[in-house]
Amino acid sequence: MQAYLTLVRRELGGFFVSITGYVIIASVLLLLGISFTGILGVLNDSPTDVPLTELFYQSYYFWIILLVTPPIITMRSFAYEKGTGTYETLMTTPVSDLQVVLAKFSGTLVFYLLTWLPLFGCIAVVRYLTGEARVLDPWTTASTFLGFTLMGCLYMSMGCFASALTRSQIIAAMNSLVIGLGLFLLSLRTLVPVPPTDWASRIFSYISLSDHVEDFARGFVDTRHLVFYGSLTIFFLFLTLKAVESRRWN
Amino acid sequence: MSDGLIIEVENLTKRYAGHVAVDGITFTVQRGEIVGFLGPNGAGKSTTMRILACFLPATHGTARVGGYDVFTEADEVRRRIGYMPENNPLHLDMRVREYLKFRARLKGLGIRRSRERVEVVMQQCGLTEVRRSIIGHLSKGYRQRVGLADALVHEPELIILDEPTIGLDPHQIRSVRQLIKDLGRHRTILISTHILFEVEMTCNRVLIMHEGKILAADTTQNLQNIMSDGLVIAEIAAPVAELRACWEQMSEIDHFDIAPSEGDYLRCALTPRAGLDLRPLVFEQVRTRGWALRELGRAHHSLEDIFVHITRPDTEEETR
Repeated sequence: MQAYLTLVRRELGGFFVSITGYVIIASVLLLLGISFTGILGVLNDSPTDVPLTELFYQSYYFWIILLVTPPIITMRSFAYEKGTGTYETLMTTPVSDLQVVLAKFSGTLVFYLLTWLPLFGCIAVVRYLTGEARVLDPWTTASTFLGFTLMGCLYMSMGCFASALTRSQIIAAMNSLVIGLGLFLLSLRTLVPVPPTDWASRIFSYISLSDHVEDFARGFVDTRHLVFYGSLTIFFLFLTLKAVESRRWN
Repeated sequence: MSDGLIIEVENLTKRYAGHVAVDGITFTVQRGEIVGFLGPNGAGKSTTMRILACFLPATHGTARVGGYDVFTEADEVRRRIGYMPENNPLHLDMRVREYLKFRARLKGLGIRRSRERVEVVMQQCGLTEVRRSIIGHLSKGYRQRVGLADALVHEPELIILDEPTIGLDPHQIRSVRQLIKDLGRHRTILISTHILFEVEMTCNRVLIMHEGKILAADTTQNLQNIMSDGLVIAEIAAPVAELRACWEQMSEIDHFDIAPSEGDYLRCALTPRAGLDLRPLVFEQVRTRGWALRELGRAHHSLEDIFVHITRPDTEEETR
């Protein structure tokens, strides 16, 4: 446990001692700001009953942030250490492979969540200015945050896996972008009008990220989604662990 | 397992796709020894060290550190060794003290204990004045000390250092070497290098590796003697004919060679009959004949000579 916490701290610290962390936070803040002002503009013209959190999901910026930041956050995790050689000093300390994988995953996840915090600032601003309690409904906000966290878990585990495969950060980022984008593109299938009886469209609706996200933003927490994200995250963490262990395979 | 042995390697083989890096080596290291791993690049030194440090698995054979198997009881082994890999990788964005504390915590030391140990190793390695510096801003010599301090911080029984002086300037090499020597008073150290001189300066015993095999394992003194065949170099100012006559008369000299040197001096290379030390005899001759002598000593062989010597099939017998 001690080694795990030490590693998580180091992982998080790594973002803040280098410029990378600040660049990521600043970029996310910029994109969130743009989408926020955009949403406010639309709301001024045509008021709607849709929760504010859901409006965020419907903007392109949200998806850009979701698809682009995880590869950049996770590319460092293993590839950087392998590239500089510190991987060898790390793996020769009495720390288990599982601890290393979990620490890398948790470190990147915490950083990812930190980058999303400004969103709640945006919502709080609207709540403050409108005086409308419904804007910052605790349940919707919590479920939105849960949605972020679950998607973060999935994308971080994918990113860690991609990073564990290579010693080049760029290749790690590209790989994880491709996996992440691939999963996202599958969800576009549900946007194509098809007969509802089609078995393929049913399957695609199960894995459609946009459908999941909509539910979370409306305040629905569906166990199907929990299972979906949970199992995929565990699957990718398992693959990461195997990638880390592979150096000890004969 | 015997009490005095800290490393027991038996029939260790490491095969990478297509080539054999370590080829069935067997050796042991006693507690308290400083052992030098000598060999050219690609001899298998780093691979052997990585296996001992539980970073890589062996293809065949066993390796035990302090009685624990490096593959099945890796955690126990890792607790007992301090390992500094080749090129000494460090987190360049961290500060010296912060880095050492991070490493101490990773190695399982408690908060108070790690604080104490970090202070001790910083003192030991001469890092106290740069404790707040960012590692990336330090000179290579200091970085090497940080690497050493990291290897020491959890008080390991065995320290494994892979090419600790590579890329340092002569002054830094000296200080790192001295540091290693000081550490060796209380600990077992396994150190790899391709500089013979370094082994002579710091180690009690040397293992020579070449193409994945251990070709010789002996004390540095014995190895030197075997290598040089007792060859003595003397620079003497005297008439050539006299010198020649003198060496021919001496039954202890097997054969000799005389070459002109700077000034009036002649450089004589004298090979004794087996096992003799010619130096006192030569000095005696010089003294009684009233010649001028400006150098008298055993020939030092470079690593290159040793390799040429050792890898010749007909000499393998005598070295091992």
